[in-house]
Amino acid sequence: MGMTVVEKILARAASLPAVVAGEVVEPQVDLAMSHENAALVINQFQEVFEGTGLTAKVWDPARIAIIFDHRVPAESPKTATNHKKIREFVAATGIAKFHDIRGDVGGICHQILPEFGYVRPGFVVVGTDSHTTSHGALGAFSFGIGATEMASAWALGIAMNIEVPATIKVVVKGVFPPFVGPKDLILRLIGELTAQGANYKVLEFHGETIRKMSTSGRIAICNMSVEAGATSGIVPGDEETVRYLREEAGVTDAIDCVTPDPDATYIRTVEIDVSALEPQIACPHMVDNVKPIGAVVGKRIQQIVIGSCTNGRLDDLADAAAILRGKKVAEGTRMLVFPASSKIFGQALDKGYIQDFMKAGAVVMNSGCGPCLGVHEGALGDGETALSTTNRNFKGRMGNPKSEVYLCSPVVAAASAITGVITDPRKGA
Amino acid sequence: MAKVIIKLENDISTDDIYPGRYMATVLPSETPQFAFADRTDFNAKLRAKAFAPGSIIVGGENFGCGSSREQACSTLKGHDVAVVAKSISRIFLQNSINLGLQVVICPDIGASVGDDLEITEDHVVNRTTGKTYDQVKLPAARKGIMDAGGLIPYTRARLMATRS
Ligand code: SF4
Repeated sequence: MGMTVVEKILARAASLPAVVAGEVVEPQVDLAMSHENAALVINQFQEVFEGTGLTAKVWDPARIAIIFDHRVPAESPKTATNHKKIREFVAATGIAKFHDIRGDVGGICHQILPEFGYVRPGFVVVGTDSHTTSHGALGAFSFGIGATEMASAWALGIAMNIEVPATIKVVVKGVFPPFVGPKDLILRLIGELTAQGANYKVLEFHGETIRKMSTSGRIAICNMSVEAGATSGIVPGDEETVRYLREEAGVTDAIDCVTPDPDATYIRTVEIDVSALEPQIACPHMVDNVKPIGAVVGKRIQQIVIGSCTNGRLDDLADAAAILRGKKVAEGTRMLVFPASSKIFGQALDKGYIQDFMKAGAVVMNSGCGPCLGVHEGALGDGETALSTTNRNFKGRMGNPKSEVYLCSPVVAAASAITGVITDPRKGA
Repeated sequence: MAKVIIKLENDISTDDIYPGRYMATVLPSETPQFAFADRTDFNAKLRAKAFAPGSIIVGGENFGCGSSREQACSTLKGHDVAVVAKSISRIFLQNSINLGLQVVICPDIGASVGDDLEITEDHVVNRTTGKTYDQVKLPAARKGIMDAGGLIPYTRARLMATRS
C-alpha cells in the first residue's frame, strides 16, 4: 500500500519498512527547536535525570536549535533571567544552533530555521511552539510539542509515542488574482475546515498553485495549518525547495525530496480554485471566523501590525511597501512593522522598504514576535481593534482581552493603514 | 464523584487558560496563580481554593487549542482539577498526559455547573441527571505514559534502560 509523505518520513525515522495512519511510532528526531520556553525545557530535562546517577547530557547538541524571539529584547527582569539561564545552558551543552538577541543573525524561530538551512526535506522536526508546522514548507514533518516532551527528546533523541497522523490532501489550482495570495488561501481553507477540522491530521498540499508558490508563501500556509488543528502542513519537496535551500539558505550538501506514493491513502481530498478568491479576513475571536473582505470593509482600526512568522518576510514587506510608498498612515491609526528576521530587516533596508514605511509614519521595530502574542510591545487599549498579518486572534491574544484582532494579508494591512479602516486593496488605496 | 465548577464554550484556547503575558513564568510551582487569569472571578476562586480537589472543568469542542504552552496544563494541574471536554486539541492532550493532568474526552457530555460527575474507566456518569456518557479512550501507548505517572518518570525509566 502506498504511503503519504508523512508516512514515508515516519517510516524512515522509526526504521520501519512502512507505517500506516493510526500506528504509534517513536521516530528519531532530526531537529529539535525551542525559543524562550527552553527555560522550562531545561527545568524538565534536569528533572528527568534526577536520582538516576546519570549526568544530564543532551543526545546531540548539533540537532538542537534555540532562538530568542518571543520577548526580545527582554521586557522584564524575569524574561531577562530566563534568557540568561538558557545562554548558560547553551554554552555548557555546546548547542550550536543558538540565535541570541542580535541584529545580524536574530529573528523569529520559524524564519531562522529555514533561513539558515537547518531544515531539510524528509526531516522530523519538533519544536516547543505550535507554529512549528511552518517547516512543512520545506518538505519536513514538523510539529509542535510541549516542553516536557522536548525534555524527553533532548534526553533520548526520539519523539515519544507519535501516532502516525492521517493525511488530508489539499489540491490548489488557479492563478491568484491581483492583491490575493497565500494568506488568503490559508484563511479561506481554515474557514472551510474549521478550527478543529484537521485535528490530529496532516494537510499535504498539492496542485499547480502550490508548485508555483515561493517558499515564503508555502511557509505562510504551513504555518497556519495548525489553526485548523492540523498536526502539520506539508508541501512535498520539489524544485522550489531545492532552489530555496541552495540559493537562499546556502545549503551545499545533498537534498533528498520525499514525495508521496501515487497510491497513498488520504482520508479526504479538498480542492480549491484560487482564480476567483477574494481577500479574506479572520474576524474576532476565532481564526476560523473567516469572511471575504467585503463583509468587514469600513471597520475602524487603531493598530495595524505587519510581521510575524506568518507574514513578516521580504515579499510581504515588499507588497506592503509598494502600497504605502508616498502615502501616509491615517491619523488615529498606528502602524507597527516587525521584519521576521534580522536578515530580512537588512534586505528591506537595502531595498528602501524601511524608508517607505517610516516616511508613511509606520514604526519599524526589531525583528521578533513583537505584539503577536501580547507580552511585549504593541499592546492594545480597551475597546481597540487591530488588523494584523499574524496568525491568531483569540481573545486577549494581543495582550488585552477587551480588544479585538482581525487577521489579513500584508496588502490588506497596508491599504487599511492609509485609510484607518479595513480597506479592499483591489479598489486602490 | 466531583462537582462541575465551570462550563466552558467550544474552542477554549491556551491563551484563555494561561494568557501569553504570563509566559515568562514557567515553573509548575508558580503557574497556578494565572489559571484563567482573564476570567477574574473564576481565577480568584481557584486561588482561594474554593473548590474541592478533583473538581471538574467541563469544556466543549477543541479544548486547549492554539499555543503549545505547557503552562496551560501545569496551571490546571496545580489546582488539582480535571477536564472533561467534547474534544481536545492535540498538543494540549499530549501535554496533559505528559504532566499527569486528568483529561477525559467525552463527545456527548451533558453537564451544568454544580452537577456531580463520576469518571469511570470508560464513561462519565452525571449523577445529578442520571445520564451516562461514553469516553473516547486514549491509545494504549499514551496510557503507558499516564500509568508511569507522566512523561518525566517514563523517560527516566527509558533512559536507565538505554544507558545501563
Ligand atoms: S510570531 Fe507569533 S505565532 Fe510566530 S512564533 Fe512568534 S509568537 Fe508565535
